[in-house]
Amino acid sequence: MYSEKVMEHFTNPRNVGEVEQADGEGQVGNPICGDIMKLSIKVEDDRIVDIKFKTFGCGAAIASCSMLTEMVKGKTIEEARTITNRDVAEALGGLPSVKMHCSNLAADALQIAIDDYLSKKEEAQNA
Amino acid sequence: MKRIYLDHAATTAVRPEVLEAMLPYLSEKFGNPSSVYSLGREARRALDEARATVAALIGADEREIVFTGGGSEADNLAIKGVAFANRHKGNHIITSAVEHHAVLDTVHFLERNGFRITILPVDEYGMVDPDQVAEALTDETILVSIMHANNEVGTIQPIAEIGRILAEKKVYFHTDAVQTAGILPINVDELHCDLLSLSAHKFYGPKGVGVLYVRRGTKLEPHIHGGAQERKRRAGTENVAGIVGLAKAFALAQEEIEPSTAKLTALRDKLRDGIAARIDHVRFNGHPTLRLPNNVNVCFSFIEGEALLLNLDLHGIAASSGSACTSGSLEPSHVLLAMGVPPEIAHGSLRLTLGRENTEEEIDTVLDVLVEVVAKLRDMSPLYEKTPSSPLP
Repeated sequence: MYSEKVMEHFTNPRNVGEVEQADGEGQVGNPICGDIMKLSIKVEDDRIVDIKFKTFGCGAAIASCSMLTEMVKGKTIEEARTITNRDVAEALGGLPSVKMHCSNLAADALQIAIDDYLSKKEEAQNA
Repeated sequence: MKRIYLDHAATTAVRPEVLEAMLPYLSEKFGNPSSVYSLGREARRALDEARATVAALIGADEREIVFTGGGSEADNLAIKGVAFANRHKGNHIITSAVEHHAVLDTVHFLERNGFRITILPVDEYGMVDPDQVAEALTDETILVSIMHANNEVGTIQPIAEIGRILAEKKVYFHTDAVQTAGILPINVDELHCDLLSLSAHKFYGPKGVGVLYVRRGTKLEPHIHGGAQERKRRAGTENVAGIVGLAKAFALAQEEIEPSTAKLTALRDKLRDGIAARIDHVRFNGHPTLRLPNNVNVCFSFIEGEALLLNLDLHGIAASSGSACTSGSLEPSHVLLAMGVPPEIAHGSLRLTLGRENTEEEIDTVLDVLVEVVAKLRDMSPLYEKTPSSPLP
């Protein structure tokens, strides 16, 4: 039911954990639904230099977070802004249709993390 | 990598003796039991013998045995068959919240067709209360369906007690014994049931063949029309090889119940005790003592069941889970939810069901792998870091 790429990321997930002194954090999902994805990012000169994830969820949830972190690392905030859940699913060689909504939310978590980074940055500038 | 199969409640491999008994009826003895010539009579004899074997094993009469295309068909025939044949007497049907979907979906179908349904709750162990069955009865009640043992958590229901109440009230009683056949002794008179479902592939027989026991005098409307087979209760040329295999497998399993129970219980307890000793934040589901000897159902907090199953599979271990992802819906197991297990915990459930070929060494391996895999997934879980030492919800 899962593509080879999904199983590969599931078996060897990249960038698991939490970035120390993160510049932005984003979390989506809830435990009742059985899916939580949490991302933390480190930003230097508007470029995401480090990103890590933690996931409570199924194989697709773990693989999509892992995939997303690979896609995002090294990208500018502007570039990362354009990444969608669909992009992540496509990069994984597709996901089963039942998984598209519940387990494919990594890009949403990223957008929240970027929002968090930007608002913290704004606060710092205003301070 | 050696495969370790711990999903015997899902299905089992056909035993060599069973396959051997079946093979002639797929080749040289291919006759149709309804044909008059010797080839047909030979198939008829095999069918009659299988029927006599099954009847004797459950304390029934041969005329009370209906061969079906499996356990789900047997459940469907029992429930719809009694409902439609007894509609003039009443339209109320009682069942429990932890039944197999072959029962639950069937009663919901009947509800859409004018029947009134009562779904009884269960306690924290998944047990139905016989008093609640008695209280739910009305003048309109025509059928009660309660499973013999639960397929997910292994809890054995007080079927004989419920059966006695219903026999007195003259309400038809169906029990789905798909999980108990070959594991517990089954006697239809001791259980006081009027209908009982069995499925061959759960006790080392072939898939696609089952039995519905129908007590004499039970009014039943067939739902497959087109022939006089099975005393007009299930039309269609009989699956002779499958039926021969079912009878052979059932006879072997029932003969071996005593040694098999001892072996399975020892392995089950080793598995349960090992998990309890080596992994924290676990919750065992189902009744602690009134349970199937081959079932361990356990929830691991902070992780999700499908991810757990995929990791076990990478180590060659086959098991199942009640997580939403594996139930094919957005909700985790209806059985665990009915028992009051919180959804976030139910997502992390694992069912391990043992069988005749499992060994102690396999259990040791499974325990080592479980410790590793649960730790790996918890390290990845955002829930674990927050509450590493909090008590279970």
